[in-house]
Amino acid sequence: MIELRNIVKTFKDDKEKEVEALKNVSITIGDSEIYGIIGFSGAGKSTLVRCINLLEKPTSGEVKIDGVDLLKLSHKELRSERKKIGMIFQHFNLMPSRTVFGNVAFPLKKSGLGKKEIQKKVRELLNLVELSDKENAYPSELSGGQKQRVAIARALANDPKILLSDEATSALDPQTTESILKLLKHLNEKLGITIVLITHEMDVIKRICSRIAVMENGKVVEEGDVFDIFANPKHSLTKDFIKTTSNLYKLDEILKDDINGISPADGEVLTRLTYIQKEVSEPLISTVTKKFDVNLNILLADVEIVSGSPVGGTVVKFSGESIKIDEAIQYLRDRHVGVEVIKDARNPY
Amino acid sequence: MQEILTSFMPNLIDKWYEFLQAIVDTIIMELWAGGIGFVLGFTFGIILTVTREGGICENKPVFKILDAVTNLFRSIPFIILLTALMPLSRAIMGTAINIQGAIVPLVFGSVPFFTRQVQSALAQVQPGLVEAAESMGLSNFEIITRVYLRESAGQLARATTITAISLLGLTAMAGVVGAGGLGDFAIRYGHDRNMKDITWATVVILVIAVSLLQLVGDTIAKKSTH
Ligand SMILES: Nc1ncnc2c1ncn2[C@@H]1O[C@H](COP(=O)(O)OP(=O)(O)O)[C@@H](O)[C@H]1O
Ligand SMILES: [Mg+2]
Repeated sequence: MIELRNIVKTFKDDKEKEVEALKNVSITIGDSEIYGIIGFSGAGKSTLVRCINLLEKPTSGEVKIDGVDLLKLSHKELRSERKKIGMIFQHFNLMPSRTVFGNVAFPLKKSGLGKKEIQKKVRELLNLVELSDKENAYPSELSGGQKQRVAIARALANDPKILLSDEATSALDPQTTESILKLLKHLNEKLGITIVLITHEMDVIKRICSRIAVMENGKVVEEGDVFDIFANPKHSLTKDFIKTTSNLYKLDEILKDDINGISPADGEVLTRLTYIQKEVSEPLISTVTKKFDVNLNILLADVEIVSGSPVGGTVVKFSGESIKIDEAIQYLRDRHVGVEVIKDARNPY
Repeated sequence: MQEILTSFMPNLIDKWYEFLQAIVDTIIMELWAGGIGFVLGFTFGIILTVTREGGICENKPVFKILDAVTNLFRSIPFIILLTALMPLSRAIMGTAINIQGAIVPLVFGSVPFFTRQVQSALAQVQPGLVEAAESMGLSNFEIITRVYLRESAGQLARATTITAISLLGLTAMAGVVGAGGLGDFAIRYGHDRNMKDITWATVVILVIAVSLLQLVGDTIAKKSTH
């Protein structure tokens, strides 16, 4: 378990002015989770993740891994703790002078393993990342995706419990990104390794993360289960990010241009409904229609696959008696359907 | 054969043993000053790299002092160093003249240059590589040897070549303190007594020496770059 408590990190910029990169951030990451950290550039994601292996020393706060307070360790103890935390980077950071084999064997030098054992270990790792045939190639001869696979094999060499990934797919094309994410997911399932993954793409989060933190200006503005957050985002930044991958949240632009008269007419209420199973939408909508004598006009419907499960969503226009609409919305909420009122065009009393 | 040579280069044949002695003297100066300078330049270059701001053992005072001293000695012309360092030479080597007397100024003249060369070679190592090594739990010493030195081996070979060649140029001035060597030989006979064949022979030898150094340097540099 990774526990970051009240982490504050201030940097001095070129003009000796203080920059608060992290403002009292606390997160807890459980074993075998894939924890995503999303935010725009400069939000403090890298700084936060680098606090986990103390590449960055927090100005104040606590960093605990499986109960061990890393800030209390000696240099030597910290180094051996770091061996249990693998890290991969956006630009791979492979040693150009070493072959693929040499790179993967790099962290094993002082592991106490003999030459034969190192060879066996490296081959196993290369097998795991499906690069056995590239053993003698130099990094300059590999594609981006292959480089990242080598970097992953290298990060796993000391059998770490944790893998930190700082924008590991940001320099890759969509297909390669997909294959690297699959590999990470596979490693998580097969080895039980905890993965902390930084990204600025909601798509990445949606694919493999189980929990996420949304960061802005050195703070975590929203945190929780990916599924819940997709179904019911609270912070406007989170919504912005979800918009980038889901049609249901692109509504604002559609509304602005009033495409197809989507804006509610007088007396109508435009809402976004989210539910866990798409199938439930049909019966619920017809039930509500009958029960409260209101009209529900479905404008958009979509399903998102979030961490392996579908999240359904529809954009619906309610029309009918004002009180009945309120009752209908309450009814839906009681049945765990997320109802977000986008635009209420009923006359105020 | 002997006759042809004698008619072609009468003075060189006449001074043949002095010529050989000059070559040997030059080689001795190059090896001693180069060897000592190599160790010192590497050490200072590494110290500057790791102690600079953001380096793996950041240390402002050490960096600033070493940086200033390097700049100071780089800006003093060698011909002035040769005489100005005579007392120090006497203290360290027991004499301020001859080959022994030339070693100290040659080291002072070439180390600051080499230090900067090493520093700039190491600066070309991507910071990401150092960061990756840190994340793997390597000690600072391991990062210096297994990342900095290894990943800049090609650049370091080039830096060493350039320094060795410029050191060869410095040895030519060592005659000022009576250290002999090829430069001194060429000036005393070739220039002062207008013995053209001696000047030419010296130039040929130096060109061969420089080409050899360059060839060795380039080969090593090429071998260590992928
Ligand atoms: N070494 C540093 N020195 C000064 N400022 C830094 C340093 N590292 C990061 N920062 C600042 O901290 C803030 C957060 O940076 P970072 O964690 O890299 O953000 P992200 O990874 O989310 O893009 C930025 O404003 C950045 O300029
Ligand atoms: Mg970053």
